[in-house]
Amino acid sequence: MNYYTVKNNQRVNLLDIPTLELGALRSRLAASNLRPLSFFGCDWGENIKLFVALADDEKGEILLTSSLINKSVKEYESITKDNPQYHMFEREFYEQFHIEPKGHPWLKPVRKNQDDYKFFEMDGEATHQVAVGPIHAGVIEPGHFRFMCQGEKVYNLEIMLGYQHRGCEDLMVKNPSNQLAESICGDSVIAYNMAYSQVMEELSGTKISTKAKLIRRIALEMERCAIHIGDMGAILGDIAYLMGKEVYAVTRTLVINTMLEISGSRFGRGLIAFGGVNFDIDKEMSDKIINVLDGVKKTVNKMTQAVFKSATVMSRFEKTGTVSREIAQELNLVGLMGRACGLEIDSRFDFCDEFYKDFERKQFKATNDAYSRFRIRYKETIESISYIKKLLNKLENYKDEEIKVEAKSLIPNSFALSIVEGWRGELVHIATTDETGKLTRYKIKDPSFNNWYGLAMAVRGNGISDFPLCNKGFDLSYCGFDL
Amino acid sequence: MSNEIIMKILNILFLLIIPFLMTGVIRKTKAFFGGRKGASVFQPLFDFVKLMKKTSTYSNTTTWIFRFAPLIGLACTIFACLFIPIVNGTTIINIQGGLIIFAYALGLSKFISLLAAMETASSFEGMGASREACFTTIIEPAFFIVIASIMALCKIYTFDSLALVIQNAGSIGYLIVIFAVLALLIMLLTEGCRVPVDDPATHLELTMIHEVMILDNCSSELALISWSAYMKMFLLASLISNLILPSNLSLGVSTIAFLLMMFVISVLVGTIESGIARLRMSHVFEFVFVMSSFALVIASLVAVKMYGV
Repeated sequence: MNYYTVKNNQRVNLLDIPTLELGALRSRLAASNLRPLSFFGCDWGENIKLFVALADDEKGEILLTSSLINKSVKEYESITKDNPQYHMFEREFYEQFHIEPKGHPWLKPVRKNQDDYKFFEMDGEATHQVAVGPIHAGVIEPGHFRFMCQGEKVYNLEIMLGYQHRGCEDLMVKNPSNQLAESICGDSVIAYNMAYSQVMEELSGTKISTKAKLIRRIALEMERCAIHIGDMGAILGDIAYLMGKEVYAVTRTLVINTMLEISGSRFGRGLIAFGGVNFDIDKEMSDKIINVLDGVKKTVNKMTQAVFKSATVMSRFEKTGTVSREIAQELNLVGLMGRACGLEIDSRFDFCDEFYKDFERKQFKATNDAYSRFRIRYKETIESISYIKKLLNKLENYKDEEIKVEAKSLIPNSFALSIVEGWRGELVHIATTDETGKLTRYKIKDPSFNNWYGLAMAVRGNGISDFPLCNKGFDLSYCGFDL
Repeated sequence: MSNEIIMKILNILFLLIIPFLMTGVIRKTKAFFGGRKGASVFQPLFDFVKLMKKTSTYSNTTTWIFRFAPLIGLACTIFACLFIPIVNGTTIINIQGGLIIFAYALGLSKFISLLAAMETASSFEGMGASREACFTTIIEPAFFIVIASIMALCKIYTFDSLALVIQNAGSIGYLIVIFAVLALLIMLLTEGCRVPVDDPATHLELTMIHEVMILDNCSSELALISWSAYMKMFLLASLISNLILPSNLSLGVSTIAFLLMMFVISVLVGTIESGIARLRMSHVFEFVFVMSSFALVIASLVAVKMYGV
C-alpha cells in the first residue's frame, strides 16, 4: 500500500495514510502521471510529516500518502527535476521547513525574503528591464513584475509575490472560523467558505441537509457568474473597448445585488456556516433569482455577440499570450486557465458530487490565447445560469428541510480534504487534528498557486503592452497566493 | 481693420477656452455611449483650476528640465497656435513659412516633454517616450506633405490656402479635402492620445503612451501639460474645420460654424473611442502610416492638377 484512496470530502483516520520512506516517496512521485493537489509539511514533534495528495481526475479519486522526515535532515533530492508539476510545492515546502530539495532548478522565495532575491538579468543591444509594482499605478493588489525586454518584446517575465502574506494557515489553526475563511480571498468568498465548512464538517462528522448543500452550490455558481461577467468587462476595459466594459459592469451588479438580497452581502459573506447555511432561499426569492438571471443571460449573449463581431477587439484577442496545452500540463495549470489552454479538468465534474452528475459537461474548444480566456468565461457564465436554474428547481423538493444543523466537535487524529471548484479553479483545503481533536495544520491551496507561472509563460514573446490583457485574462489572486 | 482685431482677440479667447470644452464633450460622449450620466463638460476646466492650486512634489532624480518642461511645452503649443487659422480663417500671425514655425514649435514642445520623461529615470516613462518619439517621426513628414501640397496647389504659402483648395482645384479639390481631413484626423487621434492609438483613461502603465510620460508630474505642472495636450487637439481640429468651412462666410455665421465644427469633431472622437478597442501596439504604427499614404495621395492629386497627367 503506497497510497490511501479517498473521495472528495471524506474524512480519513491519520493512521490510515501510509508513511513511506522519503526516497521511495520521491521516486514514486517523480514517476507518477497523476497531478499533485497538495504537497505540504506538518510539524510532527521530532519530525516533519510531509503529506502528498494526488488527483486521479479520470476516476475521481484522491490518493494520499506521506513521509516522516527527521528534523536533522537538511536536504533531499528534488522531485521537480523529473516532474516540473512540483516546482511551486517544493519551493513552498523549502520556505516553510528549510529542507532543501537538491537540484531544484529555481529555488526562488515564494512568500518571504523578496528583498534578498536576485532577478534574472539580460544584457545586449536595446534590452531593458521594466520593473512594475509592488505598488501599482492603479488600485490593485501588490505584486512585483520584472520584465526583460528587447524593445517592446518581452523575453522573460519574473513574478514576485508574497507582499501580503498574513499567515492565514496559522491563523486558521489558532482560531478557525467562517469569518476568517471567507476573508482570505475576497473575490472567492463562497468558494473559500464552502471549502472550509466542508473540511470542518468532515472532520467532525457533521451531516448537513441537502437543502443547505443546494444553497451552497447555487451561491457558488452565482459567484462564478458574477465574477466572470465582471472579468469580461475588465478585459475589455484593458483594451479600451468602452461599451463592453460598461455593459458587463452593469450586468455584474445585477447578479451581486441578487446575492445581497439572499445573504445581506453582495459577495455572499456570512451565507455559509459550519453546519449549513445561514440564509434560506424560498420560492419567492427563487423566482426573483431566475428572473434576474434570465435578463442577465440575454444581455450577456447580446453583448458577447457584439464583442466577437468587433474587428479591433478580435485583433487584440487572437494569438495574444498563448500557452500551449503541453506547457499547461507541465506546469499543472488548473481550473479556468487550464480549460482555456485545452486541459479538460473541472473538479465539479471530475470529483463529481450528487448534484453535478446530472448536468451536461460541454466540451470547450480551446485556442489557448486571450480569445480563449474570454470565450471560456462566456461559456461558463451561460452554463452557470442554467445550473442555477436546475439547482433552484431541485430546491423545491427539499423546502421543508433545516438549513443548518448543530456543528459537532472535531474527531481526533483525522485528516480531511475538500476540493471546491471556485470560479478560478480548484481550491483545496486540508485540515488535520491531533489526539485531543484540536486542529494541528490547516493547508490552503488556491488555484492561483498553480497558475501564476502560466501567466509568465503567456507573456513570453508578446509585446509588453499586451501584458495587462494577459494578466486580466488570467486574473489570478494575490491574496489567495500570499495567504 | 477693427474687425480683424476683434477676430484676433476672439481667436485668442477660443484658443484658451475651447480645448477644455472639447475634452469635456469627448468625455460626455463616451459617458453617453457607456450608459452613464458623465461629468459636466466643464469638468476639465474645474480640474485645471483644482490642480493649479496644489503644491508640487518632485522626484529627486530630476533637475530644472523636469520643472520647466510643462511651461515650455505649453508656451510652444500656444506659440504654434498663433500661426494657424482659427475662427473665420483668421490667423493671428500670418506669415509665409508659418507652416515650418508651426511644425517645429510643436516639435520643440514634444522634445522637451520627452526629455522630462527620460529624466525621471523610470522605465515606464522611457518606454512611453520611445513610443511617442516613434509616432512623431512618422507623422511629421506626412503632415508636411499634406499641407505643403495644398500650399503648392494654391500658390499661397500661408495657412490661408486651406480654405482655397476647392476654388483652385475644382472637383478634384473635394477629393483633396477629404483625404486631407482624414489625414489630419489620424494625426489628431495620435497627437491627442486618443483611442485607437492611446487610451487616455487607462491606469495600466505598460500600455500607456502619453499618460505614462507624465506619471511623475502633479499639481500645476500636470495642469499645464493637460492644457497643452488639449490644445494640440484643438489646433488640429481647427485646421480640419478651416479645410471644410467655406471662406466667404460673415463673421457671426463663421464663428457659429466653427464652434459647431469643434463640437462635431469632439463628438466624432468620442464616438470612435466608444465604438472600437485600442489597437495592438504593433498595429498602431500601421494605423499611423495610413496618414502617410493619404499624404502621398494628396501630393499625387496636386501634381496631377498642376502638371496634368
